[in-house]
Amino acid sequence: MNGAGTVGLESHARERLEKKPLLLMAHAVVGYPSVDATWTMLEAMDGAGVDLVELQLPFTEPIADGPVFVRANHGAIEAGTAWRAYFELAARAAARFGFPILFMGYYNSVFRMGAERFCARLADAGMRGFILADLPPEEAVELNALARARGLDPILIMTPTNSPARLAEIGRQASGFVYCTARKGVTGRKTDLSQGVGAFLERCRAATPLPLGLGFGIKTAADVRELRGCADIAIVGTACLEVWEAHCEPGYRQFLNTLAAETR
Amino acid sequence: MAARLGLACTIYMGEEDIARQRPNVFWMEQLGAEVVAVTDGTRTLKDAINACLRDWADSMADTHYVLGTVCGPHPFPRMVTYFQSIIGQEARAQMLAATGRLPRRVYACVGGGSNASGVFAGFLDDPSVELVGVEAGGKGIDTGKHTARLAGGKGSPGVAQGYKSVFLQNDEGLMHDTHSVAAGLDYIGVGPILADLHQRGRVRFEAATDAEVVEALRLTMRSEGLIPALESAHAFVAAFREAPGLGSDDVVLVNQSGRGDKDIFTVADALGDEGWRDFIRRKAGSYAR
Repeated sequence: MNGAGTVGLESHARERLEKKPLLLMAHAVVGYPSVDATWTMLEAMDGAGVDLVELQLPFTEPIADGPVFVRANHGAIEAGTAWRAYFELAARAAARFGFPILFMGYYNSVFRMGAERFCARLADAGMRGFILADLPPEEAVELNALARARGLDPILIMTPTNSPARLAEIGRQASGFVYCTARKGVTGRKTDLSQGVGAFLERCRAATPLPLGLGFGIKTAADVRELRGCADIAIVGTACLEVWEAHCEPGYRQFLNTLAAETR
Repeated sequence: MAARLGLACTIYMGEEDIARQRPNVFWMEQLGAEVVAVTDGTRTLKDAINACLRDWADSMADTHYVLGTVCGPHPFPRMVTYFQSIIGQEARAQMLAATGRLPRRVYACVGGGSNASGVFAGFLDDPSVELVGVEAGGKGIDTGKHTARLAGGKGSPGVAQGYKSVFLQNDEGLMHDTHSVAAGLDYIGVGPILADLHQRGRVRFEAATDAEVVEALRLTMRSEGLIPALESAHAFVAAFREAPGLGSDDVVLVNQSGRGDKDIFTVADALGDEGWRDFIRRKAGSYAR
């Protein structure tokens, strides 16, 4: 069953936000430590009531990622995770689970696939949008137009170093929701949410009416709780994988449950 | 440069390249730099660039990213080309002063392409001067253990590390493991401006294998009294290969972009120098006591 239907991500988020103050987006690198493990993670996300899921296609040069995800990307590639395995898993997950699934990855994969074919593969798999960590909006105009024609939302990224003019430009091009990075740098390192994150989110709000997701360094249930009232979507990536590696499936399920509890 | 300006300096270097160029690490540390060994991926130049970009993404408020090659996000390829262009300007002036004419050809090795971009910059407007970039043929292009992106025809368009160029990658855009005896050439991509010059036919690309490089190094040392770096020796290979086809009055320019002192361990191994090995054994023994 695809509970999210075919409405856009913005509508999906707004409907959920009528029932609770904050949504939770979880992340997995497909194929790490194995495709079967990724499936078990997705089942746990579903069990916890996660609202959105990003599935990362592994890349050899993941420059926006910190050490944990770098290792996961390389491990997934060594395990042989290629496009076919990625999209088979994504399609199976979209058919099985109610949460919308987003592609996350690096632009070279899209470039090599071709923009048209990339959008077709996402749509065919039942995915709802994509996050490309290394594609500036200036270079994304054609891809984003092709995506929207297929009902896919390109999720753009706002960062604390963006000028107000830049934020406004990103806001004009964005759809679905906006991915706000809580700090500079790469994924994984803990973020001190008291250091200007609230003011940054206010600048993002001024630039777009879309729901705002906040990621980068959101690692604990307390972090998620702190986002209530300032962000719309808490995005947790590295911390999930760290828990999986330390405590396996039972700990992973419990961790997602404690995160999700803070969004209700 | 950091020592001269009184700035703190962190150098990212692949763990494998540190092992290959330990003398460089010694001098960088003596100059006051912190050298960080990068252990991700293939532990070579591409992984060092990734690690450096990750650092800079965090530290950009008080840190400059000083990329050594003509790659990376705009405007780095253009900036580094401009900085290096002094080599071409001076080489052109010196060539005219020494010989009274322009060279028939200019040879330069190409990893990312900084020295080649620099020396070629002096001759781009001289259509009579043929520009030849020499990539690392490694163990041979057919073995897959090389970095010949353009000369070998094995590279394909891609976008990585913030720039679009020709990369050694598979059909799905995953970068290949590369190989060269020269750490400075052992890299997946090539500067985007050089790739463009290749596409427009202004620069011809050739490849030199590790074995040819050692032979050229030997010849250069014995005939000219020069000790080129392993990287630069690639340029000499192509020049030696093509020289017999030139007239006796023709002049060629070979850019010796670096000295071979840093390569003493690799070269001694390649030449099988027993005297050097004995010395290292005795030296290591003296530390062990």
